[in-house]
Amino acid sequence: MIEFDRVTKRYADGSPAVADVSFTVPSHKTVVLVGSSGSGKTTLLRMVNRMVDPTSGRVLIDDVDVTTMDPVRLRRSIGYVLQSGGLLPHRTVVENIAIVPRLNGATRPDARERALTMLDTVGLDRDLASRFPAQLSGGQQQRVGVARALASDPNILLMDEPFGAVDPIVRRSLQHELRELQRTLGKTILFVTHDIDEALALADEIIIVAAHGAIAQRGTPTEILTRPANAFVAEFVGVDRPERRLRLADAAGVEVVTDASGRPIGTLER
Amino acid sequence: MKWLNQNVGSLLELTVAHLALAVPAILLSLVIAVPIGWTAQRLRWARDPALALVGVLYAIPSLPLFVLVPVVLGIGIRSSANAIIVLTVYATAIMVRSAADAFSSVPLEARMSATAIGYSTWHRFWSVDLPLAIPVMLAGLRVVVVSTVSLVTVGSVIGIPSLGTLFTDGFQRGIVAEVAAGLIVTVLIALVLDGICILAGRALTPWARAAEAR
Amino acid sequence: MELLLQAFSWLLTPESWTQQGGALQRLFEHLGVTIGVVALSAGIALPLGVMIGHTRRWTTAVALLAGAARAIPTLGLLTLLGLALGIGLGAPVLALLVLAAPPLLAGAYAGVQAVDPEAVDGARSVGMSEAEIIRSVELPLALPVIVGGIRSATLQVVATATLAAYTSDTGLGRYIFSGLKSRDYPELIAGSLLVIALALLLDGSFALLMKSRSRAPRSDRQTTTIPLERNPS
Repeated sequence: MIEFDRVTKRYADGSPAVADVSFTVPSHKTVVLVGSSGSGKTTLLRMVNRMVDPTSGRVLIDDVDVTTMDPVRLRRSIGYVLQSGGLLPHRTVVENIAIVPRLNGATRPDARERALTMLDTVGLDRDLASRFPAQLSGGQQQRVGVARALASDPNILLMDEPFGAVDPIVRRSLQHELRELQRTLGKTILFVTHDIDEALALADEIIIVAAHGAIAQRGTPTEILTRPANAFVAEFVGVDRPERRLRLADAAGVEVVTDASGRPIGTLER
Repeated sequence: MKWLNQNVGSLLELTVAHLALAVPAILLSLVIAVPIGWTAQRLRWARDPALALVGVLYAIPSLPLFVLVPVVLGIGIRSSANAIIVLTVYATAIMVRSAADAFSSVPLEARMSATAIGYSTWHRFWSVDLPLAIPVMLAGLRVVVVSTVSLVTVGSVIGIPSLGTLFTDGFQRGIVAEVAAGLIVTVLIALVLDGICILAGRALTPWARAAEAR
Repeated sequence: MELLLQAFSWLLTPESWTQQGGALQRLFEHLGVTIGVVALSAGIALPLGVMIGHTRRWTTAVALLAGAARAIPTLGLLTLLGLALGIGLGAPVLALLVLAAPPLLAGAYAGVQAVDPEAVDGARSVGMSEAEIIRSVELPLALPVIVGGIRSATLQVVATATLAAYTSDTGLGRYIFSGLKSRDYPELIAGSLLVIALALLLDGSFALLMKSRSRAPRSDRQTTTIPLERNPS
């Protein structure tokens, strides 16, 4: 469990990036922080592995304050996926994935074997192992990023807009794969995105962040969609957008779901 | 040709002397410039003053420096140490700028992700910052190599032996072949060392070609 | 240090400056040769470089040439020409002209080539002639890089002009060579200090010039009437 206890982060000039924020991420759940850019959501994420230390307040992992832990060792125990994978361009795919096991003391052959297994886990061909990141497609780089984060079997996975740099079709399939993966792995995932649809697709719980990390609403995707707490959330989720207002229509005996403007989206199964 | 046949021995000797001045200066400049360049890139406020300083150093003409360095440091004017120090000053002036540029060219994303994975600063310098800075740094090193090999010859007018000795000796004795031989061999050395840099760069950065091939 | 003090006292003696063939005369010779050579070389290299940058032809060849020129030892070129042309100003001036050309050429073609092709296309699309494009679009935008080339060339020439005294009796380099020969160390050191001071003075002047200019071009850029919607860069 990750617990944010009244954390505040001020910039050097004194203005707050995050002001007095508290929430928890339950173990084995996926919590998605969603907000516009500059809302402080990435700052919150980085407090978990101490890439940012709060000015005041505490971040606790299983009741231990992270500031009491050595940052380098802490980071090696937490998986982190960055936008476009954050792969090291001068290391091959297998070397990239093997980095954390190596840093944690695994022998070279063990780390390599582990890395190859991770390629299978994220659905990549082992033939890609000796390629450099620049020789992969965006979606493949992203999968390698996930494989690297999972390589040392961390309990916690931090994901910072990990699918932001790939095209919408690839993004959807990556989201689907992550959901499948999470079903078997059951990690504690803190995920940051500005895309509400991504949040709805992945989250056990969504936290909608307004300015300076202020929490506008927290709830399951269904709750957020059906009972927005205020006008800000309703606007952010877009509850009035045509694609959120679905209707049933009849097309020659088949029930068709359409959006508010009558465009077909799919068929209804009962 | 006749001059060449009679003087192969001294040509070789001077070539070795030439390399013995140029190569240490080039290597020293790398050792000095890399930490300065890395620091300049990390401490924003230090960058501009550091680069301004090396710019001034670079503007100083070489012959006067060959005269002044021994006076200030109290070493022999015709000593190898004098030549190596002067050459190192110019090589470092080029290399500091190049190293600072090289370290700023390392993608922020790669640095960030290395930190997130759990690299310590020291470890990250060796396995992320330095290797990724190689391509830009190599461009600077190639300039340093070529200009240093050429600059060594200036020392000959104050009596430091190098291939430049062929210029002063050939000029005083009126032997065109001697001067020409000096010119050609100096340029050849520069080209060969430059080639070595290119090959070493290729061997050290296999990922750069992989990215190009795509 | 003792020698350094003697050199300073030489510099502070009025006769060192005013006598026949004194420091003042040598300083002006040195400066005159430098300015003359850079101006002459610029007269040929800059138009050529601008044309190359404008037409974008032979740019690879020029880049290679400028790089290769760095490998040629100046002293070698100087002594070779000295043997060919004999004692006198001819050999050093020719050598200096050759040395000044590559940075001038490179500055001109690189500066013009770096001008946003969209700006040039835009100018062409409103009906500017090629000459007008060069004059009112490419040259103003390329000016900082061109001046940078002139700065490199000037520093190169002022330094190498010292060596020129090796084959002819001109400029401040004379103090260095005669001082070496007669073991007159105060004069040798004083001459060295003068050359360094002159070079730093010239470099500083260029730095100031470029600084004062770099504030102006922002408005220049606005007044060059390029009918294009461009984000300020």
